[in-house]
Amino acid sequence: MTEFLSGKDKTVVKSFWDKVAPKAAEMGGEALGRMLTAYPQTKTYFSHWSDLSPESAQVKKHGATIMSAIGDAVAKIDDMPSAMSKLSELHAFKLRVDPANFRILAHNIVLVLALYFPADFTPEVHVSIDKFLQNLAMALSEKYR
Amino acid sequence: MVAWSDQERSIITSIFSNLDYNDVGPKALIRCLIVYPWTQRYFASFGNLYNADAIKTNPNIQAHGTKVLHGLDRAVKNMDDIKTTYAELSVLHSEKLHVDPDNFKLLADCLTIVIAAKMGSGFTPEIQATFQKFLAVVVSALGKQYH
Repeated sequence: MTEFLSGKDKTVVKSFWDKVAPKAAEMGGEALGRMLTAYPQTKTYFSHWSDLSPESAQVKKHGATIMSAIGDAVAKIDDMPSAMSKLSELHAFKLRVDPANFRILAHNIVLVLALYFPADFTPEVHVSIDKFLQNLAMALSEKYR
Repeated sequence: MVAWSDQERSIITSIFSNLDYNDVGPKALIRCLIVYPWTQRYFASFGNLYNADAIKTNPNIQAHGTKVLHGLDRAVKNMDDIKTTYAELSVLHSEKLHVDPDNFKLLADCLTIVIAAKMGSGFTPEIQATFQKFLAVVVSALGKQYH
């Protein structure tokens, strides 16, 4: 059950993401690093990595991967379920990340957005981005059961 | 009882001693009311909350945001027994205000985001972890007297 993204939400998300895009990779690494530090239970999904600190090259690279996928979802915001189909299968059958963690990562992404864009990440932008990330999480867990 | 290292204590006191309560408190509450609009249910007597601009300029919200932050002060000064410090406040929020304790977490998240925006890169991952630990203890204490 996804939240309805209004035309306004989509415009706000797309226009804000245009600002984010040049720094997306760096911000993704930062969000993931913060999540692993502030929510240590999330480290359980990365036991195969040697370094889970915010400075880790593995963390930075994976954060960039995540943000790039989010950027793709922004571009296909009008049809997220079909755009996310492959990633949804990956998360359902291979990764099996407890969906509660999507909320945790979303919080850290939002925090990094506020940190990098303190003036632009207004409450109005925040609410549209939050709705978008919740919808994304729903699309990712769609095939879980 | 929650254990705090010396470093954690100093991080928390440092954050709060550098905060403008009149700025951060209202900003956090305003953000919460806009991003999670169902939280407005607790502020029916505060006047006009019809849209983001109304919320941002509402003087009652401004005053209340500041009040909430001053309330957090007591936890900062009594970090070793936040549960007892907030027992009365917990009863108040449960019996009189009837606030769903889930909302404490939403406001806590908004406060974290406002402080991150203020402190920028100075709000390191380690400082974030400590601050969120502190707020988690506060949130838990506020929900303790519900029955």
